[in-house]
Amino acid sequence: MAIFFYLFASLLVFSSIMVISSRNPVHAVLWLIVTFCNGSGLMVLIGAEFLAMMLIIIYVGAVAVLFLFVVMMLNMNSAEFKGIIGGESSVGIVIAGFLFVDLVAVVLFSSKDVSPVYNLQFVVEPGVSNASAIARLLYTDFILPFQTAGIILFVAMIASIALTLRLRPGVKRQKPADQLKKSKENSLFLAKNTGKFGLSNLNYDD
Amino acid sequence: MMISEISLEHYLILSCLLFSIGATGLFMNRKSVITILMAIELMLLAVNLNFVAFSIYLEDMVGQVFSIIVLSIAAAEVSIGLAILVLYFRNRGSIEIEDINQMKG
Repeated sequence: MAIFFYLFASLLVFSSIMVISSRNPVHAVLWLIVTFCNGSGLMVLIGAEFLAMMLIIIYVGAVAVLFLFVVMMLNMNSAEFKGIIGGESSVGIVIAGFLFVDLVAVVLFSSKDVSPVYNLQFVVEPGVSNASAIARLLYTDFILPFQTAGIILFVAMIASIALTLRLRPGVKRQKPADQLKKSKENSLFLAKNTGKFGLSNLNYDD
Repeated sequence: MMISEISLEHYLILSCLLFSIGATGLFMNRKSVITILMAIELMLLAVNLNFVAFSIYLEDMVGQVFSIIVLSIAAAEVSIGLAILVLYFRNRGSIEIEDINQMKG
């Protein structure tokens, strides 16, 4: 058990360092996939199987593919892409080091007497699988945040489509309004047959 | 649920480390906006790991439910961010941070 934790943890840290230090953005996205797979392994180890599979599906299946699409669409020259090590790298390392020391100090000094509280409202019921336990909460007590998250995703979808939609001139597009306005009166007319002079009111202009 | 000799502090320190690496990527980045978005994703992964660890060790399901909400909001955020990035690249032809200085006045 412990050996797997240290394996996944070291791979997680190594791949996340590679994410922020890769020179090629495509490599960074691939290291991001490795990072999320290892995070998912850690969640399986601790017993949150549903979240682990969710992490794989959402991040590896959707977000990383989205990143790859954008990286390839933007056609960045990886020779010009110098990686992240810029002028102020030492400042960043110092700030992040202070942040890490602070966070670890907070964790070590405050989590000594963390223990399960047995009068919680939403306890883990014994004998119920992880996905079932999440679903029982998500569809009953947390239906409002769940629906709000759905609305936020919907708005994000509409916004990203509206942002990237491009109307170029000269492209023949289907116009549903014009198609729906078509009727017998504005598209069909009866030509009068006048015998030897042919059709009288035929107009070739339109 | 198996709680082995790996304690809650192990997970908390690991997620602290991951969060700090994400923050390092955010601070040190001078070139690409895409790497900034990836660093934000790393920080959100650290937050999710924290929520899940507390949820398992305190035997409370709310952490995992909230982690799902965080996951969906992260997906919405990255889609909007990448759409803005595509739009910016289409207008300017570059997404380097050095070039994004129009709002400096």
